[in-house]
Amino acid sequence: MSDAFAGVLSLLALVALLALAYRPLGDYIARTLESPRHTRFERPLYRLAGVNPDASQSTRSYALAVVGFSAVSLILLYVLLVAQSFLPYSRGMDGMPWDMALNTAVSFVTNTNWQSYAGESTLGWTAQAVGLAVQNFVSAAVGIAVAVALIRGFTRNRSDQLGNFWVDLVRVTVRVLLPIAFVGAVLLVIGGVVQSFSADQVVDTITGGQQTITTGPAASQEAIKELGTNGGGFFNANSAHPFENPTGFTNLLEIFLILLIPVALTRTLGTMLGNHRQGYAVLGAMGVLFLASLAITTWAEVGAHGQSAQAAGAAMEGKETRLGEWASALFATATTGTSTGAVNAAHDSLTPTGGGAVLVNMMLGEVAPGGVGAGIYGILVMAILAVFVAGLMVGRTPELLGKKIRSTEMRYIALYSLTTPAVVLVAVGIAIALPSTSDAMGNPGGHGFSEVVYAFTSAANNNGSAFGGITVTSTFFQLMLAAAMLLGRFVPILLVLALAGSLARQGRVPATAGTLPTHTPLFAGLLVGVVLVMTGLTYFPALALGPIAEALA
Amino acid sequence: MTLSQLWSQLPTALAKLDPRHQWHNPVMFVVLVGSILTTVLAIADPSAFTIALTVWLWLTVVFGNLAEAVAEGRGKAQAASLRAARKDTVARRLDRDGTETLVPGTELVIGDLVVVEAGEVIPGDGDVVEGIASVDESAITGESAPVIREAGGDRSAVTGGTTVLSDRIVVSITAAPGSTFIDTMIALVEGTSRRKTPNENALTILLSSLTIVFLLAVATLAPMADYAGAPQRTVVLVALLVCLIPTTISALLSAIGIAGMDRLVRVNVLAMSGRAVEAAGDVGTLLLDKTGTITYGNRRASAFVPQAGLDDAVLRDTARLSSLADPTPEGRSIVELALERGATDEPLPVGATIVEFSASTRMSGLDLPDGTQIRKGASSAVLAWLDQTALPPSVESAVERISADGGTPLVVAVRDAAGGRVLGVVHLKDVVKPGMSERFAQLRAMGIRTVMVTGDNAITAKAIAAEAGVDDVLAEATPEDKLAYIRHEQQGGRLVAMTGDGTNDAPALAAADVGVAMSSGTSAAKEAGNMVDLDSDPTKLIDVVEIGKQLLVTRGALTTFSVANDVAKYFAIIPAMFVAAYPSLDSLDVMRLHSPESAILSAVVFNALVIVALIPLALRGVRHRVASAAGLLRRNLLVYGVGGLLAPFVGIKVIDLALATLFGSAL
Repeated sequence: MSDAFAGVLSLLALVALLALAYRPLGDYIARTLESPRHTRFERPLYRLAGVNPDASQSTRSYALAVVGFSAVSLILLYVLLVAQSFLPYSRGMDGMPWDMALNTAVSFVTNTNWQSYAGESTLGWTAQAVGLAVQNFVSAAVGIAVAVALIRGFTRNRSDQLGNFWVDLVRVTVRVLLPIAFVGAVLLVIGGVVQSFSADQVVDTITGGQQTITTGPAASQEAIKELGTNGGGFFNANSAHPFENPTGFTNLLEIFLILLIPVALTRTLGTMLGNHRQGYAVLGAMGVLFLASLAITTWAEVGAHGQSAQAAGAAMEGKETRLGEWASALFATATTGTSTGAVNAAHDSLTPTGGGAVLVNMMLGEVAPGGVGAGIYGILVMAILAVFVAGLMVGRTPELLGKKIRSTEMRYIALYSLTTPAVVLVAVGIAIALPSTSDAMGNPGGHGFSEVVYAFTSAANNNGSAFGGITVTSTFFQLMLAAAMLLGRFVPILLVLALAGSLARQGRVPATAGTLPTHTPLFAGLLVGVVLVMTGLTYFPALALGPIAEALA
Repeated sequence: MTLSQLWSQLPTALAKLDPRHQWHNPVMFVVLVGSILTTVLAIADPSAFTIALTVWLWLTVVFGNLAEAVAEGRGKAQAASLRAARKDTVARRLDRDGTETLVPGTELVIGDLVVVEAGEVIPGDGDVVEGIASVDESAITGESAPVIREAGGDRSAVTGGTTVLSDRIVVSITAAPGSTFIDTMIALVEGTSRRKTPNENALTILLSSLTIVFLLAVATLAPMADYAGAPQRTVVLVALLVCLIPTTISALLSAIGIAGMDRLVRVNVLAMSGRAVEAAGDVGTLLLDKTGTITYGNRRASAFVPQAGLDDAVLRDTARLSSLADPTPEGRSIVELALERGATDEPLPVGATIVEFSASTRMSGLDLPDGTQIRKGASSAVLAWLDQTALPPSVESAVERISADGGTPLVVAVRDAAGGRVLGVVHLKDVVKPGMSERFAQLRAMGIRTVMVTGDNAITAKAIAAEAGVDDVLAEATPEDKLAYIRHEQQGGRLVAMTGDGTNDAPALAAADVGVAMSSGTSAAKEAGNMVDLDSDPTKLIDVVEIGKQLLVTRGALTTFSVANDVAKYFAIIPAMFVAAYPSLDSLDVMRLHSPESAILSAVVFNALVIVALIPLALRGVRHRVASAAGLLRRNLLVYGVGGLLAPFVGIKVIDLALATLFGSAL
């Protein structure tokens, strides 16, 4: 079987699997979140937390709950990381330095999973399983909860009630993420991913040296790493490590898990709105962006550009021979199109065009199809932007899904679309102006510049994938990147919740022949155009000095 | 718009360079600051390039102001003629003791009674409380035909500055000097009292945020360029910034708004706020008065139905004869219909006696010299006259059918030597104006429901409604019914527009999102509505909606165009900036421009000229088309989105060629 044939076959299999899961999972999530019933396992949790699960929360209260929960998570995780030497199953690891612990805690609470540490040489199992894995679940649930709150903003009529955050959080974690992650983990173990609590094994290599081989509870963490679009690897090499991602089967399974919830959530959107075509239009826009990016990356990586690449038949540097070019390009597109950030190849070693494409994926605001929840609210914000400009062209003041887009809404939208670009541009501007940054770069010139841009783009968009090359363990980078992650996560979330509240308080405008239809291919095309133009206009100068200059050279 | 018009507004445009004025438009304010900065830099280190760049940056700001000045200028001429009407008048104030005192019009207070007689100018806005007069309102409406104003009823409002042509009236002043209707009009057409509308505010937020993004992108480009080994001059960064921020739409935004109001003024509608014009674009339900809007308002003959066995022509000619001397619209319409159906145009026979309609007989007709008597009227009246108890069966059924259709059956009978007999029935009905059902179909395609409001009974109303093709009908409507209907529609999220003139319309006018008061109406109605129609033509509502839509379409189209333009500007400027450091970027220079400096300058020149080029479109508005929302979007996206993407590639290339030809060696 040729590489190309296998690559196309995997893609078709992936699409088929996603199509199969689309309706049942999307509808299941919608039902789960709108059901008035609590399960036996959930009630005690609410009692323990002193929460009335049947009370609906106002915008303010919902937002406070999101921020409060995340703040407590952040503090607990930080303590766990700096104090891990006092914990059981710490494998004799020391506590993390404060700046690295802060960066890591922020990273996992913000669903970014940027890793400035190497898992096998830094963390014990308690920190991994009780600290990081728990955040993998709940930070994902927070994203979905916020997205659902925004959808409720569209469906509610003259109300300030966005639902109950605690109920959303618990249900997404218990009823959606845990069962799928469990099945995913079992399948991964069957596929050969490591799951054990045995100690490191020291083996003699054939060259006569000694090598320490670390195992651990990897499969259980791997499943939620992908499912929750987290991306923090158990091992430093992430999904390029044979214990995390041994075969073509596990590779495809991991990509499927990455895309599963972001894709299914468009169905949830359609179901909750009572308009499935709206969900298809959003999915269509996401799909177009995803496939375009995939085509560019695959073309760049598989096409052998340059002498060494021609000798190898493809640009093989930094890639796993087990998996090959096609699988690496697909994984790279999936991980940056969502906010996962897991990698099965070194993105630093992608061709300039391929590396540029995955960088642009993140710059799009991760809406193709985006992180769990974050993708939905991200694309809805872009849809509002699209109707605001284009909606005027049908001769009415703009509206989306029966809600008017007035100054109030526009203020939140403007700030939302301003936040991430501002964080990225300012951070890159500061970093690149400092002489110390040149020393941290792994390469000179345009490629070194790309490393810096990639790092901050990844952090601010809560992706977490690393371009590599650049050394980010200095206190400057640890704190700058932590700040980028925090701002890139919570400022947009608060704006989305404020937007949701303002939409919910409005009455619904009935759709007429004069209403701009937003469930059509035309609108999906417009949405793609707006996403591309907004991203292009913001980042073109930075891209021109990095990947574009490199790619054209 | 001509060049001379632009030229004549140049001083106004220059006066608007005042930073306090510019501050209201954040995007153009950034351009102003950029222009000042480059001016300083150009003075410090002059070169042909920096000087040219500085000049064109200033021109960008001036062109933006020019757009606004031209838009305002169109209203100025109108304001001048209105001011002439507001000339100082001497009022004859009627004091409590019945004596008259001469006071200047400017000293009147609300509640004063003034006497106005033929030939005098009414000194202020008010309601006629005594008398009836014909008034020349051409000063405000431009319409030379006089109108009747009388005490009581719905035609009691008079406007200061208009002239009484006949008779004497006593007017109770309702507006203080300085806030009269004419004062409001002057402020409106001049645009001085203009406030940003809600949608303009929302758009300004978007444009400001884009400006901030580009400010950041350009500011952070400086250290990035330093790193790349291609440090950039500040003037070049300013040029890039000005090209990227949405100057086109920001420069034209207020001109679009002023021009929208101006278009309304041209159809003789005054909007008291821009908000109302915007709301007009969103209207989902139109409440239209039947009389005068949908129908001519008079019953007209539409058919002759003869008794079984009788020749058509007999009934036709007899009915015509009986109506020849009938001065009512119904009578005239019978004559017209008869002629249409082939009757000969004979004059009234000499010696015929005219029997006029009276409330007691409920018939009218004619007694011919030969003794033949012709009568037409309600069936019961005619039967009584004939001394009969029942109509012939064929006539009876025709009468029933006509009544059921909401029409009025007029029975025609004669009595001569052969005795009295019924000839047949004339079908009188309310005639729908031609083209109304097409117009309503267009409105339906635009998503607007039309509701006919009438005092008629349900049967008559339904028949007219079906013929006119309206979506709903409000029969036997009281002002309370109207108000309730409006509230109901608004509850469902629809915006409602209506017209009204009477005092009892005021609550509904106030509740409607777009309330157009007829200028002939009472001051209570004018006060309650947010627009006034100077022609008192209820059909105008449809024009108002179209103008509202056109305003929004123009705004959206130019925003899209403005943002789409940026793509080409990047392709011109970025390679020019960095081609020295990264020669590979040369392949981004798809336009193959003359030199880096000419590329940057061409982009700036294009950016400035496109503002001037689009002024006519901003003033005229994008042509409104009746189409579904999807159709409109497809078309406008193609023209202004894709067009906006491509146009600057051509424009910048042409400007670059011109610059290279003219100043090739200097650049």
